[in-house]
Amino acid sequence: MSADIKQNPITQNTITIDGQEIPFQAGQTIMDAALAAGVYIPHLCHRQGLTPHGSCKLCVVDIASKSVTACTMPAVAGQQISNNTPALNEVRKTMTQMLFIEGNHICPSCEKCGDCTLQAMAYHMGMLDGHFPQFFQRREVDASHPTVMLDRDRCILCELCVRASREVDGKNVFEIAGRGINAHLIVNSASGKLVDSDLETSDMAAHICPVGAILIKESGYKVPIGQRTFDLHQVSEIGLEKTILTKVRQPDE
Amino acid sequence: MSTSCADFNSASMTGPLRSVISRVYAESPHLLHVLYELQRQFLHISDEAVREIAAHLDLPPSQVDAVVEFYAFFHKIPRGRYDILFSNCTSCGYMVRGVDLMAMFGRRLGIAVSSTRGDGLVSMDQTSCIGMCDHGAAILVNGMPITNLDATMIDSIAALVEAATPLEDWPAEWFHVEDNIRVSGLLLKDDLAEGISLRAMLALGAAGTLSEIVQSGLRGRGGAGFSTGMKWQLCRDAQGAAHYVVCNADEGEPGTFKDRVLLHSYADSLFEGMTVCAFAIGAKHGYLYLRAEYRYLLPHLQSVLTRRRELGLQGGDILGQPEFSFDIDIVVGAGAYICGEESALIESLEGKRGIPRVRPPFPVTHGYLGQPTVVNNVETFISAAHIVLRGSAWFRAVGTEKSAGSKILSVSGDCAAPGIYEYPFGVTIRQVLDDCGAKDVQAVQVGGPSGTLINSAEFDRRLGFDDLSTGGSLMIFSQARDLLAVIVNFAHFFAHESCGFCTPCRVGTTLLKNGLDKIAGGNGTRYDLDEMQRIAALVKYRSHCGLGQTAANPILDGLQRFPQVFEQRLVHRDYEPQFDLDAALEEARQISHRDDAAAHIK
Repeated sequence: MSADIKQNPITQNTITIDGQEIPFQAGQTIMDAALAAGVYIPHLCHRQGLTPHGSCKLCVVDIASKSVTACTMPAVAGQQISNNTPALNEVRKTMTQMLFIEGNHICPSCEKCGDCTLQAMAYHMGMLDGHFPQFFQRREVDASHPTVMLDRDRCILCELCVRASREVDGKNVFEIAGRGINAHLIVNSASGKLVDSDLETSDMAAHICPVGAILIKESGYKVPIGQRTFDLHQVSEIGLEKTILTKVRQPDE
Repeated sequence: MSTSCADFNSASMTGPLRSVISRVYAESPHLLHVLYELQRQFLHISDEAVREIAAHLDLPPSQVDAVVEFYAFFHKIPRGRYDILFSNCTSCGYMVRGVDLMAMFGRRLGIAVSSTRGDGLVSMDQTSCIGMCDHGAAILVNGMPITNLDATMIDSIAALVEAATPLEDWPAEWFHVEDNIRVSGLLLKDDLAEGISLRAMLALGAAGTLSEIVQSGLRGRGGAGFSTGMKWQLCRDAQGAAHYVVCNADEGEPGTFKDRVLLHSYADSLFEGMTVCAFAIGAKHGYLYLRAEYRYLLPHLQSVLTRRRELGLQGGDILGQPEFSFDIDIVVGAGAYICGEESALIESLEGKRGIPRVRPPFPVTHGYLGQPTVVNNVETFISAAHIVLRGSAWFRAVGTEKSAGSKILSVSGDCAAPGIYEYPFGVTIRQVLDDCGAKDVQAVQVGGPSGTLINSAEFDRRLGFDDLSTGGSLMIFSQARDLLAVIVNFAHFFAHESCGFCTPCRVGTTLLKNGLDKIAGGNGTRYDLDEMQRIAALVKYRSHCGLGQTAANPILDGLQRFPQVFEQRLVHRDYEPQFDLDAALEEARQISHRDDAAAHIK
């Protein structure tokens, strides 16, 4: 085995995704390597620069017959990975539908419409309806903060805000509480309200929400429908997160 | 046991809260223990309590809040002074031969399920299996188990509650829990004499001890069956500031109660086994993570540890060896099946929600506090203690090639003699059924709801890692049982116990529960069955951890082996259109002047 690798150094640090050979560096996950090579693996809870989480499971890929989460699985030389297959995309579509019916996602009346990654993912997966009966969960809205509002109806529990606050903003504003289907986003303050937290408009946590759960106040509909991120881009464009984050943070900086 | 119900929201609570928090934390610096004592004394954990704990333990209030809301035994709204939890397990649950004991109790006391009576006297709720499956219907009253319930006892209990009789004055025999050991094998013949395995271990040395465990072929008794020797070796070889030994006594799989018996009657063997592991991997500290439902065993376990310290078997200078110290703390959970998953257990030990970690890295290299950690089942440690004493050959002589040694089974359900049965691996299901007096058996759930549901054609299959793997639960269902009700029960269990981390398990287990309720309620169609199959497969293959990966097993097994129990409840046996398709085509046939076979729909 080791003799083979010496004879053929190209395979030493590569993985194969859908037949395409992709280089990786030690320490990279499958997702890291794929994105660096311009290969899109659908994802919602992953953001480069934040600790991989692996909870949304949109990035599931198959290695042989084993399902792994691309954003958390280290790349190992020689992995033969299936990614963009009809079967996996069907699974991803079903999980996107699960996220839709679990929360209360009313796209036409949501300020995030057109900027929402969940909505864009639904289009990308060819999702035409929520398919499953709605759960209609009661979830609390928190409009206490002067510049940021929290509408838990749309939260998909990706914990991007939790991680951004801790890892980038150097704070600890958000946390997930509860169990199972009752899991929900809470705010780290004595009152549990956003106004009593140290969240600021310039925090990454205030902008990173992929859905309309965390919104900046008094900026609604500044960008008209039709000119929003996913009106102009595909969710599968690599590096789009940076474009979005730069754009949405602009008004306040 | 009970405390008077003061005004929880007044500022006067701050003093009492602070004094409880600082006292408990000084005794046992663990968030779960502080929360337990506050719940016990103040009957809930108020927002003020959360703030006080956060301040005293130097934790973010959100972490304390998140933990309170995660575990089933903590409450933000006050419970009654008598908190009654009915097990909803198919073996020790409140449904007894068609009689709903919980509803009966509720009627006696004028209280609905999942509520607290207006006067604050009593709360009633259901809870996942409390491990009393060999004792008939069972409840926890303020954490204390009462078993073998029937309608007469329900009346008596209701009267005692109504009269506010202190729990200490209730009939003592009600709280007695038997071991019910029916068949003894390698491990159950006797509890090891104190220190006997430790002396054998010292004679072997650390490398020799590890070698014996490797040679024995011992595999984890929790059900997954990872090689214990390899686990210990990997942990020993891992670099870290400290190594830890953790015993998983979070026996939450419905139908499993063998650890209850082992903890009660073989505690010395267990602590010897943990100490053997510590010696082999170089650990100075260990934890026993005890499920909250077994809290009643805590005083006993503490007294065994105290005695062992006095005998020089635990703590510093074990058996006079100045270079070997090892002590064990007991941490009690708070009602969460998921904490039986080893990385979720470690999270819980660290005072967090029990969310399974991303792996790799594995606990052997990055476990408790990020340090190399061995997590093993109670039975695995006891096996290790015996192997060190009697040798690997003694162990290997029993069982099969790939499954060495014995397996302790918790047998429950429809049989004459539920209880503990220890067999060599490789025993057939039929043998177990014969020994426990099971007649007219329709199905056996091997390994609990997360295991395998088999039918009578499979009773010659054998227990072992190469065929029917099991953590030890064996639930028997006779022909008289409504098997669909059993599968529905399991679906509710998993939806209740899902931690909520990943999408497929969080949403999928609830979809499965809702879908099965629809079918069992007589409102399902063939389409719903196909949906169950599709969702179940997704939950099984795409979930983050073992809970999700096994949660759909009863449904998938049921659909495969017992399709009739689903089909007979369907509204339509097959697709049935609202109108006659062929008749609707008649006009088209006339227009096109066709009457061939292709112009008809059969």
